[in-house]
Amino acid sequence: MTAEAKQATSVQTPNWWWRWFARLGPFVGLAVVILIFVVLMDAPGRFLSPFNLRIVLAQTVIVAIGAIGMTMLIISGGIDLSVGSVIALTGVVTALNLSAGRAPLLAVVAGVAVGGLVGIVNGLAITRLKVVPFIATLGMLGIARGMAKWLAGQQTVNVPDTWVNGLLVTFPDPPWLLLAPGIWLTLLLAVVAAIVLRNTIFGRRVFAIGSNEAAARACGISTDRLKVWIYGLAGLLFGLAGVMQMSRLRQGDPTVAAGTELDVIAAVVIGGGSLSGGEGSILGSMVGALIMAFLRNGCQQMGWANYVQEIIIGVIIVIAVAVDRWRLSRVVA
Amino acid sequence: MPLLELHNIAKRFGPTVALDGVSLSLDQGEVLALIGENGAGKSTLMNILSGALRPDAGEMHLDGHTYTPASPVAARTSGIALIHQELSLCPHLSVAENILLGAERARFGWFDWQGARRQALEVLDVFHHPEIRPERRVAELSAPARQVVEICRAIAARARIVLMDEPTSSLQREDVERLFALINRLKASGTAIIYISHFLEEVRQIADRFTVLRDGRSVAAGEMAGVTNDTLIAQMVGRTIEQLFAHRQRHAGGEVILEAQELSAPPGLKSASFELRRGEVFGIAGLMGSGRSELVRALYGLEPLRSGRLAIKQRPVGLRSAAAARLRRGLGYLSEDRKGEGLALALSVADNTTLTRMRACAKGWGWLDLSRQKQQTAGLIEQLKIKARAPQQPTRALSGGNQQKVAVARLLHQDADVLLLDEPTRGIDIGSKVQIYESIARLADAGKAVLMVSSYLPELFGLADRLAVMSRGKLSAARPIDEWTPESVMKIAIGESGASG
Repeated sequence: MTAEAKQATSVQTPNWWWRWFARLGPFVGLAVVILIFVVLMDAPGRFLSPFNLRIVLAQTVIVAIGAIGMTMLIISGGIDLSVGSVIALTGVVTALNLSAGRAPLLAVVAGVAVGGLVGIVNGLAITRLKVVPFIATLGMLGIARGMAKWLAGQQTVNVPDTWVNGLLVTFPDPPWLLLAPGIWLTLLLAVVAAIVLRNTIFGRRVFAIGSNEAAARACGISTDRLKVWIYGLAGLLFGLAGVMQMSRLRQGDPTVAAGTELDVIAAVVIGGGSLSGGEGSILGSMVGALIMAFLRNGCQQMGWANYVQEIIIGVIIVIAVAVDRWRLSRVVA
Repeated sequence: MPLLELHNIAKRFGPTVALDGVSLSLDQGEVLALIGENGAGKSTLMNILSGALRPDAGEMHLDGHTYTPASPVAARTSGIALIHQELSLCPHLSVAENILLGAERARFGWFDWQGARRQALEVLDVFHHPEIRPERRVAELSAPARQVVEICRAIAARARIVLMDEPTSSLQREDVERLFALINRLKASGTAIIYISHFLEEVRQIADRFTVLRDGRSVAAGEMAGVTNDTLIAQMVGRTIEQLFAHRQRHAGGEVILEAQELSAPPGLKSASFELRRGEVFGIAGLMGSGRSELVRALYGLEPLRSGRLAIKQRPVGLRSAAAARLRRGLGYLSEDRKGEGLALALSVADNTTLTRMRACAKGWGWLDLSRQKQQTAGLIEQLKIKARAPQQPTRALSGGNQQKVAVARLLHQDADVLLLDEPTRGIDIGSKVQIYESIARLADAGKAVLMVSSYLPELFGLADRLAVMSRGKLSAARPIDEWTPESVMKIAIGESGASG
């Protein structure tokens, strides 16, 4: 009886092999992508040259910063479709402030703050008006894009030359930085976000509401307030992505970044995030963003047409999620 | 002065009256058993006490002060913790995090992993379950282990009143003993416990006093010591068992219509062999998680069978054939999960009733004859005494019992030869139960074969011709109903003696 009861209540033996596969999966994907292009290319040295790596990293920054915010949202069981429009809006806000001659730091803060504000509005629409995240942020996708065009007077906003324009340059000044300041900032934010998610009460509650919202509420967590916080925080990051976008273009363009939200969501999902909540990691999402950047860059270097890239990325997303489902069915029987 | 006092609490959901005057009182350091049938209003009352629902009428006093919790948070701060019947854990989080969820200790907002581990171990130690380590992800735990975690959560919250809603339904014998030892310790430290269960023996072992709920009213209360089980049952049911199951003639059964040999569908179902005859009601008893639902689902093709032999009307069935194919061979299925799987609540009564055999109300070429559908549904509404305004009414607007009758009406409309019923009367009112019992008896009399899974033994004893018991994925040998006693069924169900029988 004792032995039997033990067996019945015992926990299932975790499959370490699968556990590690899950953790390493995105890295394996990244290695495979790089390997394929190295093999295909006539001059593999060029693909892996420091110069090209700097370009790839700089191209990753916008999606990567967005993916940090999106990872939190997706872990909490939410989603934000307005990222592309918010990037355009906050880029325009930053550019307008710069062209009005305000201090560059103030312009950057304004851009980031507008992102946070949009996030809070999204959060309130979801919690107070009880609109599902998909629809609430779909609405915001239109609203933010419209406001960006309105503020910019339907044209691009040119900006004076300040340090803001140098955030994503290929050769940073001073040269000992090695990588553009925006890349270092992204790395720092990723590390901070990973620690917050793992080691703070806020972070663990983000996982809790994504895993079982009813249980979290029953345990006395004010889920609504927490959601507004998460959307606001993610919004700040989307605002920063907008500043980076403006820096790269050296102008505020209200039509830019249409569809970027899909790249950002794809990065999170490739990195192991689950759209049903409770799962995801910053590290995975960063690798996911890198996979997409290497794919884009590699396709360009190969001289393949844009549509080829789109097809490949589409296929990769579906494969990544299919592998994930297959893996889950093994880990949690 | 009692710690908690309820006076004439009432609550209705739309047309359904869930509570209609419940009064009870609870003293410090005592265990009060709240007994009643499924659907008597026990869970609604627990939800009101734990702040998830607000009563429509009545008064609650805690420590002599008016108690009106606005939310689960408020109830928790007042020292009332609910252990849910349906588990409410976050599968992606660790055991320690789940135990402390909502009450995490922090240093400047940083999650204190070491402290959490220590606190979790403190409560886990009580249960002597070394295999439940605090850092384990809950998704990896078995159902009883999860239940232990859930109970640990309430203890960690240092509640003054702990509400336990069927806490032993997925626990092993040993764990039940540990739970009782724990309840006694809580009691000694002054904590009061409201203990919900319909296992009378269990209640007798742990409770000091009882309150019986029937149809949303508190109908009796008193000391546990001075009352017999028969009295309690009579008060729960409001009439004697014999009155519920009148006129059921026992059948020896006709030709074999379904034959199962050594069926297995891991992990839930390990082995089941039986045959089902026309005109009989074949009962399957067993505890939650014993594999009884998995058996029914595998028979109907909702879970793939791994091995064994299955034949319907002497013709073999492919182990992996789909439900649709088995439905055409004459199987009909009633799910235990009415809301999730049994009915499409947003659709009309007519659509739900005719869904499995829409062809019966079609003109051909796939065109529905709506008036024929309406007419056929109206006939079944009449026959089963379903309280619906019209066939077009959305099923959602009906009470639980009437929804269940719609599910039964669908089986009648389908005209299935073999009816697989999984908990056909769970959570519905007595009146609807009696009507469903009558329908089942009528179907068997008309030569159908009925396989009925139930966790409510009296209804199996009242209806079934033969009975088998499921325990840990294995089905015992089937025997005529008069060769069983409730005790012998329970013995096998909890796996005490040679389970195969």
